[in-house]
Amino acid sequence: MSGMRLVIVDDERPARDRLRELLEDCRSELPHVVAGEAANGIEGLQLAASTGAEVVLVDIQMPEMSGIEFARHLQLFETPPAVIFVTAHDQYAVQAFEVNAVDYLTKPVRAVRLLAALKKAVSGARLARGVLERIDPQPRRHLSIAERGRVTLVPVSEILYLRAEQKYVIVRVAGREHLVEESLTQLEQEFAGLFVRIHRSCLVAQRLVRGFERGIESDAEAGWSVVLEGCEEKLPVSRRQWPVVKSLGKGRR
Amino acid sequence: MRAKVQSIRQNALPDALPDFRNLGVMSRVLLAVNGLALLFALVRSNDIAGFTNAFAEIAGRLEPLLLSVMIVLYTMSGLLHRFAYHYGVLSIFVIVLAMTTALFPFEIMPGGSNGWRELAWNLTCAALATGTLERYFHLRNRAFSPAVSESRLQALQARIRPHFLFNSLNAVLSLIRRDPKRAEAALEDLAEMFRTVMADNRELITLSDELSLCRQYLNLEQLRLGERLQVAWQVEPAVEQALVPPMLLQPLVENAVYHGIEPGIAPGVIEVRIGRQDKYLALHLSNPYHEEHQHRQGNRMALANIAERLQLHFDVEASLRTGTVNGRYEIDILMPFRDGS
Repeated sequence: MSGMRLVIVDDERPARDRLRELLEDCRSELPHVVAGEAANGIEGLQLAASTGAEVVLVDIQMPEMSGIEFARHLQLFETPPAVIFVTAHDQYAVQAFEVNAVDYLTKPVRAVRLLAALKKAVSGARLARGVLERIDPQPRRHLSIAERGRVTLVPVSEILYLRAEQKYVIVRVAGREHLVEESLTQLEQEFAGLFVRIHRSCLVAQRLVRGFERGIESDAEAGWSVVLEGCEEKLPVSRRQWPVVKSLGKGRR
Repeated sequence: MRAKVQSIRQNALPDALPDFRNLGVMSRVLLAVNGLALLFALVRSNDIAGFTNAFAEIAGRLEPLLLSVMIVLYTMSGLLHRFAYHYGVLSIFVIVLAMTTALFPFEIMPGGSNGWRELAWNLTCAALATGTLERYFHLRNRAFSPAVSESRLQALQARIRPHFLFNSLNAVLSLIRRDPKRAEAALEDLAEMFRTVMADNRELITLSDELSLCRQYLNLEQLRLGERLQVAWQVEPAVEQALVPPMLLQPLVENAVYHGIEPGIAPGVIEVRIGRQDKYLALHLSNPYHEEHQHRQGNRMALANIAERLQLHFDVEASLRTGTVNGRYEIDILMPFRDGS
């Protein structure tokens, strides 16, 4: 059997069952294969990566990772699948979809609407850049690294610091590092309040700052480095950021 | 115009005597009567010393009478409430005036004529105070009556989360082809739930009615959430017939599912414990707490609505407390135990 490969992601089994039934009804008109289904976004990403899905049907309200965040991670795939959002009744999401002209289905889903959305997806309609961030400006709860057939997720709460290195950003967690292809400036904006810039090339997790140590002073560096809980490395503070950063270690413990 | 007036009348609360067994009502009566006495003393005296003397004198005569009247009203409360409003008010006047006379200290009054004048004065004061309080409680009742209908409306809006309705319908649709029997049962639960929700929710209902509403609701949620939703019930059989405001528990259970179960991948337990503590009915509800999900809206509204209705029904004798203990969100409600059997 040929046709496009589909993946269903919804935390409720009856909702997944229902979509399968409706897809069955649409099959004669639009050939497709359901490559698999997942009960949350984290499993859904692995599934989408390993099956090379072309279309993903995803619920918005899911535990741990919302449908919107899920879709943001999908966009980092080499060939991102088309996304069709499904929502029971999330007034705000629906408004945001309308404003940004993103296709979505409401539960209970109707076969006719599903077929129309699938046809649009086949025709190559993809999400415009930046649309998802506008729909839900909440920061992601994970960073993702998509490799061929596999996705590595790094929970933002585990990140010690982020450091720019040429065209990559090094994501440092306890015991290891990851490389992501994102811009440090955009990460700084997205996670404002969680991470603080201590240097042109470095953001540290604000809640882990424990104090400062005397280091070597130079033209660019203020002569202080940040002491981070759970991190042995010395991270130098730039002259420019020192006035902003220096009050951070105080008022804690 | 006429039709409109009528329809408003239908919604208003009927005139009713205050509940003389309610702590809030009792304290209001005590405060008001003593306040009036204070005012009297103030008017009658020219200086501080005169004022304290006058007040002590009034209070000495007033307090035994006031307390006796309240004890009588407390014991006769059930009977008085069975009368039509006007007869009820009349009976109270009779009780107050009769007791004022009965407790009047004739024996210590020197000379007849002076004593009669004093009694007449006391009766006038008692009648005035009773009249004032009657007006006060009457107006208070009126003032709260739109609040009651308003809160009923709010209760309705706060509780049917469209999210729940659409998700449930979707779950039922998924059952129709593969398990028509379960689909039928689910639709029956849904219909029954909405019948209760849309009924006139003014009167108190039995706890067992409220519990069956909760069970219907949880059956529907179980359908879509499966094993993620687990409920531990602990209800003392003796409290099933207690009277509670309708929609007391169901919105709280719905909140527990929405904030405690839906945001988690792993199964979570909702705990409901209901029992009797002396003269009170004690309800305890807890669910897993997901800190990162506190931005989901709707929680405050349901809680505020329930607190408000508890106050309308029980005044200061009911309490609602919430808190987070060991990663669980807890709600405790204490309200007077009223037997409905």
